[in-house]
Amino acid sequence: MNLLILLIIPFLTAIGILAVNGLKQVRTVAFIGSMIQLCLSFYLLNQYHIVKELGDASIMLFEQNHAWFPSMGIYFHIGVDGISISMIILTALVVVAGVLVSYGMEQLHKEFFFLLILLSLGAYGFFISLDLFTLFFFLEVAVIPKFLLIGIWGSGLKERSAMKLALMLMGGSAMIFIGLIGVYFYSNEVGARTFDMLALAQNGISKEAQLFFFPFAFAGFGVFTALFPFHTWVPDGHSSAPTAASMFLAGISMKLGGYGCLRVATFLMPQAAEYYAPVIVLLATIAIIYGAFATMMQTDLKYINAYSSISHCGFVLLGIGMLTKVSITGAVMQMVSHGLMTALFFAAIGMMYSRTHTRLVAQLGGLLKVMPFISSIFIIAGLCSLGLPGFSGFVSEMTIFVGAWQNPNIWYRLATILSCASIVVTAVYILRAAGSSVMGPIKDDHFLKLEDALWNEKLAAIVLLSGIVVIGVAPFLLTDLLSPGTQIIMEQLLK
Amino acid sequence: MMALDIIIAMKHELMIGFIIFLLLFWKIRTDEPNPSEVISVVNGLLLATVLLFLFGSKDVVLFNQMFKGNELILFQKSMLSLGMLIVSAISFAWLKNNKNFLEFYILLLSSLLGMFFMISSANMLMFYLGLELSTIPLAAAANFDLQKRKSSEAAMKLILSSAFSSALLLLGISFIYGSTGTLLFSELSVSLVENPLSIFAFILIFAGFAFKISAVPFHLWTADVYEGSPIPVTAFLSVVSKAAVTFVFVSVLFQVFQSLALTWTIAISLMAFLSIVIGNLFAIRQQNIKRFLAFSAIAQVGYILVAMLGFAEVAQSSIFFFLLIYLFSNLAAFGVIGIISEHTGKENIDDYKGFYQTNKFLSWVLAIGLFALAGVPPTAGFFGKFFLLMAGASKGNYILIIIAALNMVISFYYYLRIVKVIFMDSNENPIAKTEAGLIPNLALLLCMAGLIVLSVYGPIYEYIVSIVQPY
Repeated sequence: MNLLILLIIPFLTAIGILAVNGLKQVRTVAFIGSMIQLCLSFYLLNQYHIVKELGDASIMLFEQNHAWFPSMGIYFHIGVDGISISMIILTALVVVAGVLVSYGMEQLHKEFFFLLILLSLGAYGFFISLDLFTLFFFLEVAVIPKFLLIGIWGSGLKERSAMKLALMLMGGSAMIFIGLIGVYFYSNEVGARTFDMLALAQNGISKEAQLFFFPFAFAGFGVFTALFPFHTWVPDGHSSAPTAASMFLAGISMKLGGYGCLRVATFLMPQAAEYYAPVIVLLATIAIIYGAFATMMQTDLKYINAYSSISHCGFVLLGIGMLTKVSITGAVMQMVSHGLMTALFFAAIGMMYSRTHTRLVAQLGGLLKVMPFISSIFIIAGLCSLGLPGFSGFVSEMTIFVGAWQNPNIWYRLATILSCASIVVTAVYILRAAGSSVMGPIKDDHFLKLEDALWNEKLAAIVLLSGIVVIGVAPFLLTDLLSPGTQIIMEQLLK
Repeated sequence: MMALDIIIAMKHELMIGFIIFLLLFWKIRTDEPNPSEVISVVNGLLLATVLLFLFGSKDVVLFNQMFKGNELILFQKSMLSLGMLIVSAISFAWLKNNKNFLEFYILLLSSLLGMFFMISSANMLMFYLGLELSTIPLAAAANFDLQKRKSSEAAMKLILSSAFSSALLLLGISFIYGSTGTLLFSELSVSLVENPLSIFAFILIFAGFAFKISAVPFHLWTADVYEGSPIPVTAFLSVVSKAAVTFVFVSVLFQVFQSLALTWTIAISLMAFLSIVIGNLFAIRQQNIKRFLAFSAIAQVGYILVAMLGFAEVAQSSIFFFLLIYLFSNLAAFGVIGIISEHTGKENIDDYKGFYQTNKFLSWVLAIGLFALAGVPPTAGFFGKFFLLMAGASKGNYILIIIAALNMVISFYYYLRIVKVIFMDSNENPIAKTEAGLIPNLALLLCMAGLIVLSVYGPIYEYIVSIVQPY
């Protein structure tokens, strides 16, 4: 399969959005474009399995390499493995759901859908890049749409949140840039310099350079994935953003960081990853516990989900920091799982907010009686978040814990135990939020007149929910897909 | 065949000279020429000047080694002409309302001619002559709004600071002559050795250049001049004039002062650091959008200086590529500001609140221009900044690179602040819907196209790499 089509479809969708007029046409174009992309991503999965069954053992499949700025050693090198395919499918699912829940977007709809699709273009490009420059380029492409989406269509202190998010992500990018420069100049002291990840991994980087530049790269990507103490943009950004943008931010954008931590920082600088692993584990554990306790104190549903995202993304970093095959597989699973689950959560919150005009737990109540569908998916997302077996959250967190326990170091085990314990806290805040906002008596009379989900909202929820359930019931589908990719990373670590 | 060679080598100069004389005769023939007619003719001729580079160039040295020509210089001249063309196109409305528009063209074109001689120079004296020819008309042009006091103030500041920096340059040049006995670039690159006199001469010349490109600590004139001058002149100053001086600076640095590399590495590191930090910090505080762009331009100069610390070839190609992008992005921003200022007289950042409600196209142009200045993809600005820093890192200097990279976050803040004002702030009575007219809109579209094409289309950078001089 030609991977370029994964970029061409969103591009054409964006152009199509500019070409048509009126909300109905715009959203139809956006929906059709994102559906085609979703079908393509499943087709890619299918092709991947076919090629693998034929015995293709290469690290990356469907590679393409075009000269971009050859004198700088910059090539447009793309290709996928199981890890990227899982991320692409996640993105496609969230984009479809995001477009669907924004069907009622009246204000500046053309710009809104255009930016949404541009954001997804950045994410797709990021996940298929094998060249560091290309990867960085697509990572940055996604920053401006986020800023505008939050600042224009957001709620609350939207300008401040948009600025904070954009600046912190830009700061992260600047650190990534420094890491890239280091990788570039220290990888191959004799031959031609390159940004090609596979070539860089082969050539290797001297340990001193790794130790100096790894923190920049890892922390840079860490900003995107809410690494403590760079997590402060998460609550503000998520809570101010419009629903679809929150879904994108938590569902995809934070995964860009996790993917980068794994694929760029850890994969290219394995010795430094090993050296700094204790720090990563420590920060991840702090994020998990701090996120969980901070969530307990929140009264706004969006803040609840935002802080719980910090905690859940902490698991991703914990999995990466433990550096065992199982834990890294778990980390990627957690990325997929959290992406779907948190997008569903935000979608449900958005639907509730658009009807009740409040997100405060104290003001909500009894919604299950008036809008059973929305309330149900809200509860399901919550249950997935607290790791109920049968949903994806359980399998991915379980995998991380199993992988983490394989590490015999006593401190790592302590971190694992503490992280495990935080699930109890998760249960407390999820059940409390779910209990008082959708169950109990109806707190406001005007709630009685509210309608349940429309077809587009139902479809959005079903799309995300099916992903969650499929992974929860048949996790081997995902683990088999990830296995070759994580194997390569482990080989790099053991070298 | 000698005459033909000269014509081919000097085609840009001849063309600009021709336009200047054409305008002079036009002025003599009719008392009140029709503005639209003249402007269209001049724009057409400038477009032809830009396209002259399609004819290619041979490496020539003319007039007793005073004047040299090669493909790089040809490219630079076309680039400057392109800048002039866009400046002329975006200020269409301003020119039409100004009864002295012919003089405006004559002044700016003379300045452009001076820049052509400056970048073609192979001799210090020729360089100095070109520089003077390029600066003095600009001071007159800065005073073009005769009834405005600020404009006169700007012109005064410009002429005084230029004269001062020219004096420094000239003193430096005379010391150079004193210590080596030659003024030819090619001979200087061999005969200049590191000794106190040549270092002193270098410092004087360096300070002269720093004045012209407004690097900190020689930047004090910039903001006032930018604010006071008419916007077309400001645009010309900040893009065309700066690009021309940078071209010469780079070639003088890498060719003539190669033997003093150790000295200038320190000087440039320091100046780059100061320019980036001070430019950024002052830009945050500005209310007037022209002053804002002045400080942002100072910070951009800092990034150019960072690239000069790298190896000659990669430094040059990244700087030239950056300047090409900078031309498009800065002129897009100045274009919108100029159009708004001409129609409404508003020049403060707060006036732009809610701009997007009324002027969608202009808002996007301004926003994309600012994104490109900030260095955000998919605009080409990202590539420009990235390559500059890469070039700077090619010889080490990681501390400076790290500072520069982190400073990009600050610059991101103040560019985004304007985007925020345009798109997000609400305003009871925003700037009324403004029709820019066909020619300015075409120029703005050209800038947008440039910013997109330069990013996705790699061969342009490769072309620049292929023509830079190895020295």
